Amino acid sequence: MKAKIKSNHEPLIHIAKKTPVQGWRAMLVRAGAIVAALLVCGILTVFLTDLNPISVYSSLIVGAIGTPRRIWVLLHDLAILLCISLAVTPAFKMKFWNIGAEGQALVGGLATAACAMFLGNSLPPHFLIPVMLIASIVAGAIWGLIPSIFKALWGTNETLFTLMMNYIAIQLVSYFCFVFSVPKGSGRLEPINEKFWLPVIGDNDYLFNILFVLVLTVVMYIYLKYSKQGYEISVVGESVNTATYIGINVKKVIIRTMVISGAICGIAGFLLVAGANHTVADNTIGGRGFTAIMVSWLAKFNPFSMILTSLLIAFLDRGAIEIATQHKLNDSFSEIITGIIIFFIIGSEFFINYSVKFRKSEKKEAKNK
Amino acid sequence: MKTLRKILAISLSLVFALSCFFSLAGCNKEDEFIVGFIYLHDENSTYDLNFIEAAKKACDELGVKYLEKTNVPEGSECYDAAADLVDSGCDVIFADSFGHEDFIIQAAKKFPEVQFCHATGTKAHTEGLKNFHNAFASIYEGRYLAGIAAGMKLNEMIEAGKFTAEEAKIGYVGAFTFAEVISGYSSFYLGAKSVCPSVTMEVQFTGSWYDETAEKEAANLLISRNCKLISQHADSWGAPTACEEAGIPNVSYNGSTISACPNTFIVSSKIDWTPYFKYMIDCAKNGKEIDADWCKGLSEGSVILTDINEKVAAPGTKEAIETAKAKLIAGELHVFDTSTFTVDGKPLTSYMADVDTDKDYTPDTEVVADGYFHESEFRSAPYFNANIDGITLLNSKF
Repeated sequence: MKAKIKSNHEPLIHIAKKTPVQGWRAMLVRAGAIVAALLVCGILTVFLTDLNPISVYSSLIVGAIGTPRRIWVLLHDLAILLCISLAVTPAFKMKFWNIGAEGQALVGGLATAACAMFLGNSLPPHFLIPVMLIASIVAGAIWGLIPSIFKALWGTNETLFTLMMNYIAIQLVSYFCFVFSVPKGSGRLEPINEKFWLPVIGDNDYLFNILFVLVLTVVMYIYLKYSKQGYEISVVGESVNTATYIGINVKKVIIRTMVISGAICGIAGFLLVAGANHTVADNTIGGRGFTAIMVSWLAKFNPFSMILTSLLIAFLDRGAIEIATQHKLNDSFSEIITGIIIFFIIGSEFFINYSVKFRKSEKKEAKNK
Repeated sequence: MKTLRKILAISLSLVFALSCFFSLAGCNKEDEFIVGFIYLHDENSTYDLNFIEAAKKACDELGVKYLEKTNVPEGSECYDAAADLVDSGCDVIFADSFGHEDFIIQAAKKFPEVQFCHATGTKAHTEGLKNFHNAFASIYEGRYLAGIAAGMKLNEMIEAGKFTAEEAKIGYVGAFTFAEVISGYSSFYLGAKSVCPSVTMEVQFTGSWYDETAEKEAANLLISRNCKLISQHADSWGAPTACEEAGIPNVSYNGSTISACPNTFIVSSKIDWTPYFKYMIDCAKNGKEIDADWCKGLSEGSVILTDINEKVAAPGTKEAIETAKAKLIAGELHVFDTSTFTVDGKPLTSYMADVDTDKDYTPDTEVVADGYFHESEFRSAPYFNANIDGITLLNSKF
């Protein structure tokens, strides 16, 4: 009898999927994760830096929202990150692993800068700005279209393909930055003429970008939730066979969705170049194309939840800068702290969706018998 | 239920945000004098470390408070950082990277009551803003002196029979094909040539100011092409550590790399920013005007050489450098003396440089006179960008 039990060996720990924790209990798990993260970071801060963790956390908050300007910068960071997250969402929902948002946004930015450089003398601003927007959309869409065609027609691996397209975009931008650099050889472009900067609403440099992305968020929500195309995306994402069975043209959906994804990335590039940086460089997107993937997944592809997840990332990023400035710490330390916090938050999703079961000890089992 | 939860979460975070803001808004001390610094990287970059150390020294000596922002990219982040420093009460703000310039100009226009200073930039003398200033130092003189140390090391190795005089070749890792870099390696080469006439040089560009892997690879490439000594103008430890691994002597830049390279480091030239920072702070504090284009050199202590590593340097290096330094200060010796080099086989008798930056690179100023090229006199940032004979560019695409 005993031997039989042993052959049916149960692992010490096993993980089982459960019905996700709902409502307030889920929020409680998440809050618990943040508290745990802050505790771990606190211990780390004391051991590594001899600083008071409370003052470190308070500079995190002050850095993100301590002055009206910081709030605006935070909202702008949020908006740009959200824009790229919105862009990757339809693709990810379709289970198309578009990790090429960085490049798609960058070529959008490049197209914007190119329009300002070459059409700046022949077109008036109220006409050129829409042209810049269209050019960035087209450029981003092309960058999304190429891998999707290969995926749809020949089944190539889109992860590698979109990733490689990033490097092509970065090298293209470096190349043009060199060819048109001012002064000669510096690798920097001249900033685009002030009259082609996106309009300043009130006295605020970034309000235009923020409002633009807000509108985009609503549109994306409606598109994904209520449009036929949005429905097709979810069906293809759930099962390609089902989609084929009910008569969805999977190839068409893949290509169309990636064009949309790339186009919105292009818009993000446009907003960054015309509305904030006023020039393009190989680091203009600054890794947001990859962070956006996390934002989108954490929000479970819901555009409105993405506002919160991108707020979280942007908040931690802005706060981290202030930690470094106020405490004369290396940036890396604040990045360790934000990394830990994000790790715990992602980890909490695990505890919401799975339960961990420990093997009951044999003695206990015997007692139970 | 789900939407209610979301609304609650959003409103809670807003309340939290606003309360934090109002509780903190009141605690800014208005009258304190504060200096703000913006760095492209952090202390892991030799370039930025040089500024960070000088900022600390100058501010500590003058007893002023200062704030620093590290790892500020050359994008709108730079403008945001400058604006944020203004909000924190900074009276004068300094940015250290070439690509920061346009964003600092943007900030200078937005905040006319704050002084903005920028290292290595080229636009202050044409931009005409009262609160935007460029600064540099005549680092080409320091490079020249470091070049002497390199030439003497090559001579020592030639005498020891390690290679012939014709094989004496220097490898140089450069960032961009850009006047600041070209001026740097040309003056370094001329310094080496002044003591080792047969020397040649090969330059490999990385296309980035800071890329440890690329710089290391470039140094390794040069070593594999039989370069006997390496120097660099790029900001990571990539090239010096590649030299240490290969046992090839290295003349560094921005500061001593002896801690990681005890067996190959010879000497390093660098700009000491302390004199400028003191000048800048003094002007801003006392309402004096800051030079639109500030450029000082060896005699003011703005350009210095680090301690020589006697273990690697050729004997007599220190004395040779001292002699040349005295001559440079006295004006008896000029780095770009047109009798010491040729361009396309011909001596340089006239050169129109692009001093006023424009996108067509219009040459606007005659800079050769009295038998030498007048570097860093018409503006602080270097503009020497001729390709002198003896130097081969392996790649000039960047």
